[in-house]
Amino acid sequence: MKIPAIAAVLLACACSLGQAAAPAERRTDPLRSDPLDSPRWADMRKEMFPAGARVVFDERVRVTAPLTAENAMNVPVSVDAGALGEVQEILVFADFNPIVRIVRFEPAGAYPGLGFRIKLQQSTPVRAAARTADGSWHVGGAWVNTAGGGCTLPSTGSSSPEWQKRLGEVSSRVWERKEGGERVRLRIIHPIDTGLAAGIPAFFLQDLLLADSTGRPLMRIEGFEPIAENPVFTVDIPAGRTAAGYRVSGRDNNGNAISAVIEK
Amino acid sequence: MKRLPIATLATRSLIAAFTLGWTLLLSAVDRDYGLSPVKIAEDTWVLTGRSEDFSFSNGGNIVNTAFIVTRDGVVVIDSGPSRLYGEQLRRSIARLTDKPVRLVLNTHHHPDHFLGNQAFPAGTLAALPATINGIHDEGGSLNENMYRLAGDWMAGTDPVTPGRALAAGPLEIGDHRFELIALDGHTDADLAVLDRSTGVLFAGDLVFNDRAPTTPHARLPRWQAALDQLEKTGFRTLVPGHGPVASDAGPIRQTRAWLAWLDQTLRRAADDGFDMTEVLAITPPAEFRRLAVVEAEYRRSVGQLYPAYEQRALSKEAGRP
Ligand SMILES: [Zn+2]
Repeated sequence: MKIPAIAAVLLACACSLGQAAAPAERRTDPLRSDPLDSPRWADMRKEMFPAGARVVFDERVRVTAPLTAENAMNVPVSVDAGALGEVQEILVFADFNPIVRIVRFEPAGAYPGLGFRIKLQQSTPVRAAARTADGSWHVGGAWVNTAGGGCTLPSTGSSSPEWQKRLGEVSSRVWERKEGGERVRLRIIHPIDTGLAAGIPAFFLQDLLLADSTGRPLMRIEGFEPIAENPVFTVDIPAGRTAAGYRVSGRDNNGNAISAVIEK
Repeated sequence: MKRLPIATLATRSLIAAFTLGWTLLLSAVDRDYGLSPVKIAEDTWVLTGRSEDFSFSNGGNIVNTAFIVTRDGVVVIDSGPSRLYGEQLRRSIARLTDKPVRLVLNTHHHPDHFLGNQAFPAGTLAALPATINGIHDEGGSLNENMYRLAGDWMAGTDPVTPGRALAAGPLEIGDHRFELIALDGHTDADLAVLDRSTGVLFAGDLVFNDRAPTTPHARLPRWQAALDQLEKTGFRTLVPGHGPVASDAGPIRQTRAWLAWLDQTLRRAADDGFDMTEVLAITPPAEFRRLAVVEAEYRRSVGQLYPAYEQRALSKEAGRP
């Protein structure tokens, strides 16, 4: 965990106070029956959400990931909260990962879903919590079984000089979708180190913004350490928001800029 | 295990402690692979592994190994997944002949094909140069991975790199005339051995029979080309790396059909903009359902191979800034 122990304790206290102050909320809250049956859920509830927030398990938030992931360094995950309608933000986390937070994204015009790949340290639930306009969080998830070790291994990039020349390089492509709208896929050259492998500091993508060519934002992505090396993202754009072209910009935690035009 | 019930973490560590204790005890007990060599041609025996994934119950014995008893000594093809397997293979040989082992060939650098090397004299171990490099560079991590997958069957196993580099071409040992065929595609170096004296072709992992092929180091177009070449060798009996021995090219065609489907599926998916989770949702067609472990191998192959297809598809539109 990256959060210092004291902060975590304070956070935990704040949460239990908040809960005590809102007993009615607790009664209607179905969270005691975690569909994924994880012993960490109570902690996740406290760490990931503001005290007193309404948090419900909701099958409309779909997390697709392999039940068994052989390569813990590169586990594909896709999140789809489209059935909720409009969504403000989606937070993706894994209960048993040493760094729990994986990615947070705001579909500001893009479809409320995202495809990406992650590193896992051991078998764990992978969850997506979608916040709707009324402030409530809708949580879906899936168990991923893995032999693990993905978080404490150095990236292959960190041992090769190749990425230094190509750091931040973006390759991308736009597809028309049969069901209307467009799909943007992009891959960014970045070693992404979690900081948990001995002697290799954390190095990861922190902010990405996908916008249309006129500058209107479509998707904001806040990345955390467990995103897989050379990350690939899949973003869908609804028919009403497609544009002549797109662009992506952002930076990693060391301040290296990412900027690329995504042409059709 | 699908779910981790509450309170399992503590229980698990307890179980882990007990398991470790038992493992130490049990490793003293002789585990038995139950190897039974089957004579498939004059002087030629094959030991057929199970068509499964590596596991604690099979101890890694999912591979075919073979040996040929020539007038001048025994030629062994692949040494198995562990030191224990190698030792038991050696005893199986000794029960059938008193001739010494002259040559142990590792067809390629996958763990089930070379981790039995310790059981044989270092001077007998031979492989293609890139296989020697592969064992040297990756042997340690492949061995660790096998401990994780097969547990105490691996006790005492360490990778041994063959000292003798082989080149393609004829090789005469005793009364047997072998042809060493240097190919690649399953890995960077895949050795096939044709025994011209008996017509037996030892194809290594270039050929799988009724078991889905593995692809951790695969380059599919090269592999397909290698299969074309093997089909032309005029063999009478075909020993695949995994799955039953055959007397026709059926397993070559089956392996080729799977690789072609895999290649085409991944290429189309990448060109159509599929996310990897969408590629994993594709079900292999009916003709491949009879292949053992087909779902697990498909899933692994997507993880191993799709990123390269994806990258090619994303880079296609050249000329962008
Ligand atoms: Zn192999």
